[in-house]
Amino acid sequence: MHLGVWFFFGFIIHFFVVPLNTITIPILGFPLGFYMAAQGSLIVFVVMLFMFAKQQDKIDREFGMAEDD
Amino acid sequence: MTTQTDTSSDFIKNLGKMYGTYTGGFIAFIILLAILEQVGVPNKILGYLFVFFTLAVYAVIGVMTRTAQVSEYYVAGRRVPAFYNGMATGADWMSAASFVGMAGTLFLLGYDGLAWVLGWTGGFVLVSILIGPYLRKFGAYTVPDFMAFRFGGNFARGIAVVVLVCCSFTYVTAQIYGTGLIASRFLGMQFEIAVFAGLVGILLCAMLGGMRAVTWTQIAQYVVLIIAYLTPIVILSTKKYGIPIPELTYGTAIAEITAREGQMLATGLATAASLKPHIAPFINYSPLNFFGIIFCMMVGTASLPHILMRYFTTPSVREARQSVAWSLLFIFLLYFSAPAYAAFSKLEVYTNIIGANVTSLKPWLFTWGELGLIQICGKNAGSIDAIVAACKAIAGHPGVVRLQDFVINTDVIVLSTPEIAGLPYVISGLVAAGGLAAALSTADGLLLAIANALSHDVYYKMLDPNAPTIRRLTVARVLLFFVAVASAALAATKPGDILAMVGWAFSLAMAGNFPALIMGVWWKRTTAAGAIAGMLAGFGLCLFYLVCSRYFPGYGVKYFFMTSLTNPLTGAPIVDIAKAMALPNAMETWPTLAHPMANKVGWFGLNNINCGLLGMPLGFLVIYVVSLMGKEPSKEMQAYVDEIRKPRGRTVIEEKT
Repeated sequence: MHLGVWFFFGFIIHFFVVPLNTITIPILGFPLGFYMAAQGSLIVFVVMLFMFAKQQDKIDREFGMAEDD
Repeated sequence: MTTQTDTSSDFIKNLGKMYGTYTGGFIAFIILLAILEQVGVPNKILGYLFVFFTLAVYAVIGVMTRTAQVSEYYVAGRRVPAFYNGMATGADWMSAASFVGMAGTLFLLGYDGLAWVLGWTGGFVLVSILIGPYLRKFGAYTVPDFMAFRFGGNFARGIAVVVLVCCSFTYVTAQIYGTGLIASRFLGMQFEIAVFAGLVGILLCAMLGGMRAVTWTQIAQYVVLIIAYLTPIVILSTKKYGIPIPELTYGTAIAEITAREGQMLATGLATAASLKPHIAPFINYSPLNFFGIIFCMMVGTASLPHILMRYFTTPSVREARQSVAWSLLFIFLLYFSAPAYAAFSKLEVYTNIIGANVTSLKPWLFTWGELGLIQICGKNAGSIDAIVAACKAIAGHPGVVRLQDFVINTDVIVLSTPEIAGLPYVISGLVAAGGLAAALSTADGLLLAIANALSHDVYYKMLDPNAPTIRRLTVARVLLFFVAVASAALAATKPGDILAMVGWAFSLAMAGNFPALIMGVWWKRTTAAGAIAGMLAGFGLCLFYLVCSRYFPGYGVKYFFMTSLTNPLTGAPIVDIAKAMALPNAMETWPTLAHPMANKVGWFGLNNINCGLLGMPLGFLVIYVVSLMGKEPSKEMQAYVDEIRKPRGRTVIEEKT
């Protein structure tokens, strides 16, 4: 699951940079394709890693595999 | 956290207070220097103060936390909290390439440079999901330790050490080059001498005391480097747009750049051939090389021993995972600012330098010109007279600087932006100190990884298992010294720009380590013979492609079917191979970058930064095939592999301390 999100934001979305660049983000003025590579994907990676750490820990606890606190 | 004594738990508790005070002190120091500048202290003295003060702080932390205990020396006693380990990893990770090289590359390449930003952040996803926590559970001191245990002994260990030394050595060379660049500019030394001066600074921190000392020093270095990186662009953003958050305002700067690009074309200040629109993709890298760089940097991240080693220091598997997330957050802070840096300095260059009269150029330009890092009209911009003479020599030159006249080395963009934008000199000094912190912290981590591999894996595990602790650590320090001197000697020859050198290190690590690590953790059927063959094949191919295209291009063309790389816009070859092969120096070996074919030949138009893209798949394939041919690994080994996937319980190997 997480690897899928990684692959989408790491690669797939940047295949479409040319059409995305024709869209401009309102107020900030970034072209969308450029923005995704410069900031969008990065934010996704960070949020995803915190979520992964939390979820994996929950799974470990559920199956009695977690370390003692 | 079961084995610690009372004093060290006090130490951990007080970390917040200690580093908080330290950060406040650093900011006060900057303000003090700013006041000194206003009362007229000369720039050179400010530069020296910045460099020596920060170096002194790192050295003091290094001395205070030095250690002679084995587990403290190799893995900082395994009790660095996730948050602080994340910060140390951030400093370990962000090298001269991130700090000095990346914004410059974004400046020059525009959108295509973002391949580096993406590759160097996304890789941590792989570290967290596929590798890091499992190696932590395994309980090794070094990456070769894991290879040796999983793949039956010292032969696998030996190969892993070779991979580690090769990629770390390439990487550390880039860092020493970076410190040399900064020292030569801000302390006014000759580049070749400055390289060795930078080396002294690095050794000072790394020799003193192992992982424990390096960890606490790196946290201090992170604070310096992030403040130094953000300050100039926050000031620029506030000055121009009134909002101190550059990440939000540089969208407007990009729009202005695009407008100015059109204007320059219309007024004859730029030609269509010399202008590369900032936001247009795939002008500098073909899509293959663009996505190749993303992929190689991501996978390389998950294979670099000095990064993986950092996750051996956390108290638990859970904290190892959290720590990866913290690392990425701290790295992200710098990486999502880098494109803003590039946009602001590009806008300044396009409006203040391009179109300016050649006689009215600012003096800061000449200090870089003397080092050969800025050229105007094809000559080093050493002085006004030199530029005027050079431009006069060009037929029909209008007397103002045109885009095609102005060549700036990517590595000076970050260091010179405060000067380009006319900020006070104290900001330049701060940026230099930050660049030094970035280069030093990474070099420390790398040298430590090399020294650990040589002393722990080669000397202790392979040569003399009975060696006493003191002798092991002494051997580590002596070896460290020779490795560092060798890479400084290489750096003095300027083998490539910082980013390319670091890119090579990632590809080498990826081809050599990644298949064996992944298969070792995730496929129980992987045999020792398979892994050894896979590492040799993948790493060998990658190293061959790199060395051949950089140092033996003539032989590559003549004997190994290499052809010219192609221009991504037109698809035409970038060098005329037939013509280049007819030149007298065609078969020259170990040529400089000026050689017509060096770094410009290869297979399938693949840039040699991406050599891991050839080596890694081969490595996986060979591991798979050879493993299936051999006998299944023993039941105990398969049980061990199951064991490292469960966070609960003891580590798989226990080291005596």
